[in-house]
Amino acid sequence: MQGRYSGDTGGLEERLLNLIERARGGSRALAGKLLSVLETPSPEAGVLLRLLIEKSGGNHVVGVTGIPGAGKSTLASQLIAEYRRRGLRVGVLAIDPSSPLSEGSLMADRLRMQRHATDPGVFIRSLASKGLLGGLSLAALAMVEALDAFGYDKIIVETVGVGQADVDILDVAHTILVVTMPGAGDDIQALKAGVMEIGDVYVLNKSDKPEAEQTLEFMKFALEAGTVSARHGWTPRLVKTSAVQGTGIPELADAIEEHRVFLEEKGLFAQRVEDRRVKLARLYARSLVDDMVEEIVGEKRAEILDTLRKSPDPYRSILDLVLEELRMRLQRL
Amino acid sequence: MSGLSLQSYEPRGRPPKTPKVLVAKLGLDGHDRGAKVVARALRDAGFDVVYTGIRQTPEQVVEAALQEDVDVIGISILSGAHIHHVSRLMELLRDLGEDIPVTVGGTIPLPDIPRLKEMGVREVFLPGTPLQVIVEKMRRLAEERQGARKI
Repeated sequence: MQGRYSGDTGGLEERLLNLIERARGGSRALAGKLLSVLETPSPEAGVLLRLLIEKSGGNHVVGVTGIPGAGKSTLASQLIAEYRRRGLRVGVLAIDPSSPLSEGSLMADRLRMQRHATDPGVFIRSLASKGLLGGLSLAALAMVEALDAFGYDKIIVETVGVGQADVDILDVAHTILVVTMPGAGDDIQALKAGVMEIGDVYVLNKSDKPEAEQTLEFMKFALEAGTVSARHGWTPRLVKTSAVQGTGIPELADAIEEHRVFLEEKGLFAQRVEDRRVKLARLYARSLVDDMVEEIVGEKRAEILDTLRKSPDPYRSILDLVLEELRMRLQRL
Repeated sequence: MSGLSLQSYEPRGRPPKTPKVLVAKLGLDGHDRGAKVVARALRDAGFDVVYTGIRQTPEQVVEAALQEDVDVIGISILSGAHIHHVSRLMELLRDLGEDIPVTVGGTIPLPDIPRLKEMGVREVFLPGTPLQVIVEKMRRLAEERQGARKI
């Protein structure tokens, strides 16, 4: 068993290092293939991850979340253009939902960014959420390390935008943009717990539309009323943009930059990198256990139903049953 | 070392990697209803589909396919310019040493089918091809590509 985990990775390591260097040197084809290795945990993916982490941690990860249809992808495309004007290389991870029924996906975030497809300073990868709420999978976290290691100065992570509970991005990005649009709810919506608490920069996109001023007032009220959102003493910014018309984009990039400087000054930049790595480990461990629990519950269906009817302490009995099975499976790993 | 086996840690083994397909419209052709219907059918059949939208150049399509590391490129063309655009696409892939399978769907005159095949196009789907046939052929091409994967 031990051999399978530690294995002979000598030749492998050398080979992967060579591929990483070429991806850093600008081979987007190799970068694409290396990201695919990270899609499934395997001994090779583990070695690759370690080699990537040796080189990652220095670049700025910007999360983009918000309601579907708010214009996240179009806004990301404008940000890419602005960063390119500033001489920065940009990596994008665009996460779109998977079907809960077929497990397939139709990923179209890239469509809004395709004008950057042939720019050697831009790399865009789409990733299906595989049904995880908040949409951030183990693969996504590993891919952030990769884009960072490949030397992209700004890494934009666009989430599926499931809305109120989409706070998964919290541990992953240095700076979080929450994108909303005119008419998307009143002041009470803005006061609800969840996504309206996590932004470092709030973006009112489509601000050329009617109702923009009113929505802006709601957002100002929600932000001024709150204290939770002021993470580590940062006062969240509010920026008006129109991604379609290209207005407000330099101001948005400036606000993001101010936040980066703030993190650096407070010594929080490196801490967020650690947070996302711990999250990666947590997601991996949890996915293993989750899979096993799914399997056990499937196999023991009849027994569980019976326990619920007959056991004097059903919670306890179910726990015993599941733990017993878990223990056996863990030993087999 | 000829390539790595991507054996997983999972005790019962992960399901095979989800097939990933790029669906793209080449050239000045704004009619993407067919492409969207096919993209949707592939999604429902469990594929990860990246849709790049209309008016793409062969260069944009190849770059997207490489960055996304897709298993199959599905081109849709209704403009009549398929020979021109597809030959450029195949040339780019060949120059890069990439052998991602390419399919072409749309209003292709019958005499052009052998020409497209000669360029290396794996399948040509004419109007009226049942979605099920497209899905199955795409699945086969994706499996073939995944089987040949090396890194």
